[in-house]
Amino acid sequence: MRGVEFYVDMIFVTAKAWILALLGRFLPDWLIVLASITISGVAILCLGPVIMMYLTLLERKLIGRIQNRYGPNRVGIWGLLQPIADGIKMFTKEDIVPAKADKIVHLLAPIAIVVPALMIFLVVPFGERMTAVNLNIGLLYFIAVSSITILPIFMGSWASRNKYSLLGGMRTAAQMISYEVPMTLAVVPAIMMSQSLATNTIVLAQAGDYDLHWFIFTPWGLVGFIIFFLCATAECNRPPFDLPEAESELVAGFHTEYSGMKFALFYMAEYMNAFTLCAIAATLFLGGWQGPFLPSWMWFFGKTFVLICVMIWFRGTFPRFRVDHLMGFAWKFLLPLALVNILLTALWQFTSNLAAWFGSILVLGVSLWILVRLNRAFVPEKRSYPLEG
Amino acid sequence: MTLFGWGVLKGMGVTLKNFLTSYFRKPDEGGIFTVQYPEEREKPVENYRNFPFLVYDGTPEKIRCVACGICERECPPKCIHIEMELDAAGKPARKPAVFDIDHGLCMNCGMCEEVCPFDSIFMDHAFEVTAPERQKNLVRHKKELSKSNEYFKKIRPALASAVDQKRKAAEEKKKAAVPPPPPQSAGGQAQTTAQGPQ
Amino acid sequence: MLEINFGPQHPSTHGVFRMTVQLEGEKICGLKPVFGYLHRNHEQIAENLPYAAIMPYTDRLDYVNALANNFGYALTVEKLAGLEVPERAEYIRVIMAELSRVVNHVTVIGFMLNDLGAFFTPLLYAFRERERILDLFEAVTGSRLMNNYFCFGGVKRDLTNADLAAIRKIVSRFPAFLEEFEALLTKNEILCMRCQNIGVLSGKAATNAGITGPVLRASGVNYDIRKVDGYGVYGRFDFKVPLGQKGDVYDRFYVRVLEIRESLKILDQALTQIPQGEIMNKRSPSILKIPRNFKPPVGEAYGRVESPKGELGFYVVSDGTPQPWRYHVRAPSLINLTVLEEMCLGQKIADAIIILGSIDIVLGETDR
Repeated sequence: MRGVEFYVDMIFVTAKAWILALLGRFLPDWLIVLASITISGVAILCLGPVIMMYLTLLERKLIGRIQNRYGPNRVGIWGLLQPIADGIKMFTKEDIVPAKADKIVHLLAPIAIVVPALMIFLVVPFGERMTAVNLNIGLLYFIAVSSITILPIFMGSWASRNKYSLLGGMRTAAQMISYEVPMTLAVVPAIMMSQSLATNTIVLAQAGDYDLHWFIFTPWGLVGFIIFFLCATAECNRPPFDLPEAESELVAGFHTEYSGMKFALFYMAEYMNAFTLCAIAATLFLGGWQGPFLPSWMWFFGKTFVLICVMIWFRGTFPRFRVDHLMGFAWKFLLPLALVNILLTALWQFTSNLAAWFGSILVLGVSLWILVRLNRAFVPEKRSYPLEG
Repeated sequence: MTLFGWGVLKGMGVTLKNFLTSYFRKPDEGGIFTVQYPEEREKPVENYRNFPFLVYDGTPEKIRCVACGICERECPPKCIHIEMELDAAGKPARKPAVFDIDHGLCMNCGMCEEVCPFDSIFMDHAFEVTAPERQKNLVRHKKELSKSNEYFKKIRPALASAVDQKRKAAEEKKKAAVPPPPPQSAGGQAQTTAQGPQ
Repeated sequence: MLEINFGPQHPSTHGVFRMTVQLEGEKICGLKPVFGYLHRNHEQIAENLPYAAIMPYTDRLDYVNALANNFGYALTVEKLAGLEVPERAEYIRVIMAELSRVVNHVTVIGFMLNDLGAFFTPLLYAFRERERILDLFEAVTGSRLMNNYFCFGGVKRDLTNADLAAIRKIVSRFPAFLEEFEALLTKNEILCMRCQNIGVLSGKAATNAGITGPVLRASGVNYDIRKVDGYGVYGRFDFKVPLGQKGDVYDRFYVRVLEIRESLKILDQALTQIPQGEIMNKRSPSILKIPRNFKPPVGEAYGRVESPKGELGFYVVSDGTPQPWRYHVRAPSLINLTVLEEMCLGQKIADAIIILGSIDIVLGETDR
């Protein structure tokens, strides 16, 4: 007899099975398949925006606490109704389109950016049997779909017919394309070690005695995780890589000319992207939904929540990168490091444990030293300040 | 340490520390010191200087201001307007008929308080002066500006008691300077002396 | 060649200030500051008011630290009229001026980091300390920002023992804040990347342009009016002047942090040495009570103080009447802006904002 944990774990799966059984009494088979897809789709479509709304509240509260103040706490207890107030504000704002702008592309850009953000939810393993679509090539699908988001940004900036938007949009596009490369290369070691592209299989490959086999506890996993996380932060345009949204810079970014619901869609896409990228990071390196005692989906959401808090922590602490530093960081530092990481993974596959650790640390140390020497611009200079009487 | 990336990690440690202590520390020691206005209010300190008000002793008829016009002349942005009250014979009674202060111009400098020779205008603590439009209610008249001496003692106890003592000493000096009436009878004189210093 | 306006409405120009920038790609090849959006006729107003009534208006020049402005003006008129200041009042003046210097530097550093993109966190930590000092100002002078505290020949209100204890508490708590601040930001790689070797100003160019204040000292020139003139009782305190060596944005930022430490030293010494005594000259109460009777002798005087932004000078010409004949303010923000173009040429557009933030301008002073 299975214990209570099993049933709590399977609660969503059993709920879906129960609904399908209910419908199966009076619907033909092919309609049941359609109903199954619809239930998953509806669940994701509800989950996405709700997550985004409460992520904005979480961010404001956490940043408020970092800065020694309360976050929003007027609308509802603890500010829990604040996202609803924000939503009402966004809905009721006037939708201004510049007179000479390209109206169709202006309308399509926010739509085209939200759809890929929602599509990535399909391959994320929320729990033990809770992947919406268990694709064999799940990770390839994720990388492909997340690269689509660059195009709507460019569409939005071009359609605004505003030279500042155009400059901002081009910078953003350059940033996102540059950070795709180390991100993809950082994912390769996880694929190498689990021998599959399916996300659920990668999670299962990290199973083992008392969760010590998570990929993050290996040298290549740790380096890979850091590279992936930094690239994920850059992909969502979050600080310290948030040049497109910088208010204190000249260019207000590609979404200058958007207001009301269209801006809300851009905003939603950014937060949903942040969530899904953290979710994928948790899947690939932190062991996905594995963990003792608690149901699997609770572990999954807990890990993703911790990673999102780290992203919010970055926002509260760091100043912004300048655009040439941004590109330099991606191409001259992260990319070589990701290639070295692949080498380390290969080393890990062929030697035994202790020798592998020793070799990995040696190779990492040497390559980091070389990279830091080559990237002089990033290293702070030592200064001295004489005190005259 | 000179490890690359160490400065960044140290910075993150500082923000984490602030995040955690914001839950535990008291406002005085680095915790959150937000005052949830309007449910909680901080009491202003005594010397806090905001818009002016006129003092009366007892009833609003006994206003201390004599409409001399010195504060009107000395006010740097010229926000005070005074008109002297005329009594039945058309001669100036020493009271203001109109005393308007335009709160849109007043810059809370406190010069009117410094130059008043009759201890009648002082700076108030009332900062919640609002008006629905700029043209209404921002000019406040004598009725709204007159507040009692008890109110003055409540908001600025040290200054109010110093002013009261000064006025009492000046009054006694004036009484002592007036020569006593010539003695009529023994009873009368006893009465006068008994009535002396109060 | 693209010509862009950093308009008067911009979140990072520290007030209503405009810069027209000519760009070639990302590099700046020409920059012109346009100011005057906050011109309020301060000097003209002062020509029609008695000397004592101008004091509240001087608060509003450099509205971030009003006490330094009051100090400069009081010094000038005392020079003109030959008024002596009692010792306790001199010590109170130094304490207030140094507290105001700490407030200003903390605000500037916070806002500069805000321009860099560190989403308000360093700013709010800095403001936490600033709040304590502003609460003290409210208890002593009556107002948090527009203090109107100095008078000719002294100060208007005395410091009680409770106030002195509050100042001691503030001074003792400040080093902990500075440690936290330095741990948060001074060695941060991103900050160093953004600020080092940006906006370099050589010492020679700075001296030629008449720059004063932390900007000059960060370029390596040792010129601090507190040491040069020794006005007030500054000659009695033991403090050092921090100098930078490169003259870039990072140096200007760090010189200000070091100056806060020196100010804390001066405050410590002043709090232990402050004597009992009068706080006003014999003539001051009558000047305050009847401003129109104060007629300084015919002549002119130029008094200057080391304001946290540079040399703040007041030039007053008297013709024997209760109103000044001519009154002029030498505003450090305005003079320091003249080298903005030289510092920004060849830099990227994102750096122009940071360089402007490091010069530390306040529009109330620039435009008067």
